[in-house]
Amino acid sequence: MDNIQETLKAERQKPWREEIRKAIKPKDRTSMQRVKMPEQEPDVRNKNHKEVNRGLTEQMAVKEAQRCLDCANPTCISGCPVGINIPKFIKRIEQGEFLESAKVLKETNALPAVCGRVCPQEVQCEASCFYVQKLKKDPVAIGFLERFAADYERNSGNISIPEVKKKNGIKVGIIGSGPSGLAVAGDMVKWGYDVTVFEALHEIGGVLKYGIPEFRLPNEIVDVEIENLKSMGVKFKTNFVVGTTGSVDDLREEGFEAFFVGSGAGLPRFMNIKGENYRRIFSSNEYLTRVNLMNAANPDYDTPVFSGKNVAVIGGGNTAMDSVRTSKRLGAEKSMIIYRRSIEEMPARVEEVEHAKEEDIIFMNLNNPVEYFADENGNVNRMRVQKMELGEPDSSGRRRPVPLEGSEYEVDVDTVVVAIGVSPNPLIPASMPELDVTDWGTIKVDQDSMQSSVEDVFAGGDIVRGGATVILAMGDGRKAAAGMHSYIQEKAGKRKS
Amino acid sequence: MNKIIEKEQLNNNVVKLIIDAPRIAEKRKAGHFVIVKIDDKGERIPLTIADADAKKGTITLVIQKVGVTSHKLSLMEEGDILTDVVGPLGNATEIENEGTVLCAGGGVGIAPLLPIARAFKEAGNRVVSVLAARNKDLIILEEEMKECSDELIIMTDDGSYGKQGLVTHGMEEILDKEKVNLAVTIGPAIMMKFASQTTKKYNVPTIASLNTIMVDGTGMCGACRVTVDGKTKFVCVDGPEFDAHKIDFDEMIMRLGAYQEQERKDYENYLETL
Repeated sequence: MDNIQETLKAERQKPWREEIRKAIKPKDRTSMQRVKMPEQEPDVRNKNHKEVNRGLTEQMAVKEAQRCLDCANPTCISGCPVGINIPKFIKRIEQGEFLESAKVLKETNALPAVCGRVCPQEVQCEASCFYVQKLKKDPVAIGFLERFAADYERNSGNISIPEVKKKNGIKVGIIGSGPSGLAVAGDMVKWGYDVTVFEALHEIGGVLKYGIPEFRLPNEIVDVEIENLKSMGVKFKTNFVVGTTGSVDDLREEGFEAFFVGSGAGLPRFMNIKGENYRRIFSSNEYLTRVNLMNAANPDYDTPVFSGKNVAVIGGGNTAMDSVRTSKRLGAEKSMIIYRRSIEEMPARVEEVEHAKEEDIIFMNLNNPVEYFADENGNVNRMRVQKMELGEPDSSGRRRPVPLEGSEYEVDVDTVVVAIGVSPNPLIPASMPELDVTDWGTIKVDQDSMQSSVEDVFAGGDIVRGGATVILAMGDGRKAAAGMHSYIQEKAGKRKS
Repeated sequence: MNKIIEKEQLNNNVVKLIIDAPRIAEKRKAGHFVIVKIDDKGERIPLTIADADAKKGTITLVIQKVGVTSHKLSLMEEGDILTDVVGPLGNATEIENEGTVLCAGGGVGIAPLLPIARAFKEAGNRVVSVLAARNKDLIILEEEMKECSDELIIMTDDGSYGKQGLVTHGMEEILDKEKVNLAVTIGPAIMMKFASQTTKKYNVPTIASLNTIMVDGTGMCGACRVTVDGKTKFVCVDGPEFDAHKIDFDEMIMRLGAYQEQERKDYENYLETL
């Protein structure tokens, strides 16, 4: 840790940083207003799949970068799960050196254009910003700036490929190509390893592709980041289910020396209430996969999706917001969120909730489904909902929702999307009985090295956490890469001695 | 990328494709399935593996034309490439020496039944098979099934081949005359429902292999959910085989029709383009 602090300090003392820091007085910096992200108009964007946020202009980005005080003690960095040198990349933007800024991001983050879009900065780096902590002002828009630098580089056609150490010929296998797997791949390939990523689906990217919609994260942007990894030497194998297409043992025989399991939280949860298996009641995974991965809304593609007029989405997280906003874009007249707690207690990002409200999404908070009804064909047509009130705080610290007896009423619906969370994908643990798992089915790991009970197997992301965010998964990936690296080095050391 | 090595037309509506897929060929066991996507804009569909040759690195799929994707598949030729084939998926059939195993297959369901019948035969069971279809043309893989069956009964709805009647009639004929220890049924959902009711009367444990709507086939989407013994199960990771006497077939049949209207329209539009 000391080492990192020393490095940061040395970086901050470089002449270019000193110079730019002195260019504007701190008082003038703090009196500037936080930039506003340009967005598509709500009643336009809720009819197309294009990105809602349009990105900052160069002028906007430079101006916002000027707000950053380049603090001696950059608390923002401690709020970043992958430890981006935040002041350094922001000061590069202030300087107008946008390509240099992107390079800084890529020192520690394999997917900056993705993180700039989907990270919950408001509870991470931006929550630890000096402006919030000490000045009680709006934080520097770190996320918008990250996105700006990454987009600028991509659009410049001048994408820098991070330096890769000489190949050491040691094969490592990454299971799952979602955010945690890509983060491990990025670090390991930089250190000279021969990295292969195995993906069960036909596309690379995991939840970034099948889960997060185009209007929040265009697939094209994910593809560019994947291309970068490919040009660094990462190999990708699609349509490969580790455990069935080939077991970890098979891969060991093929010379793989260590593995990272980032197979995600694949299994959708349902409420197990009456009528939940009627037609047109989907898991959010199914609904979003059809639209995002399979392009079902585009008539040129063969996969069907039902575009309902009255859509109820059950849940209050980001996936629920993604689903309900998708339904609007598929032509729904009424798109409703039904969530058992109040709006303040929804786990979704504030930005997503705000965007959803602007797009005419109806929020039915403190309501919980109890039963579904269907027509003679089995298509859902009504649901019974029960009102809730908030009781005493539960283990999550949020007030527990308590059903209000006798408050049931019915709502007309023709599509329901259940977005109440996911369970860990059982395929890997089932194929490796020697792997220690929790009662929930998540893989048990050492918190620092992310090493599992099987010494050459590391794990991270939702298969360990049970359901979290892209950036936490990437943070796990970086820790696991470090853990894997030292495991392999130690083993090689033992072999020599 | 998987190449079609060989194609055989089994009847007007059913083709057999032998596909290059070495890893799957090596790993697959009776009961496994694959997910196939034929081109960049294609959908993902589950297909049970009918046979495999580990030495040649090939798997055999049997496809009945019922919609856009299966029709496109049936038009593909030797040398053509499928963009994606993934598997083997699902749990393999538990093969033991049970004694006598009754294998009841309907229509294109005979294809996935074949490797299971073979495996039971190899495990030392007496295998008695009933193959059923609407007419003679639709009875497929008769020779192959004969090779692994000690006795084989063919039933057709119209009496154009074998005996006239439903699969259940053939099953009853067996069940009335000998002790059966286990029954396996694969075919259209409605046929499996009645096959299952038949064996229940005789108290014969029965497994059915289900082919529901799927997207990913790895537990992710839940499109394949069925109710078994009052609980929701995923066919892709919990199945595809379940205790037939506990499956809610009516719900399964209802869910299989989820995209019926849209699929029918798409299919009509597609047929017009041919």
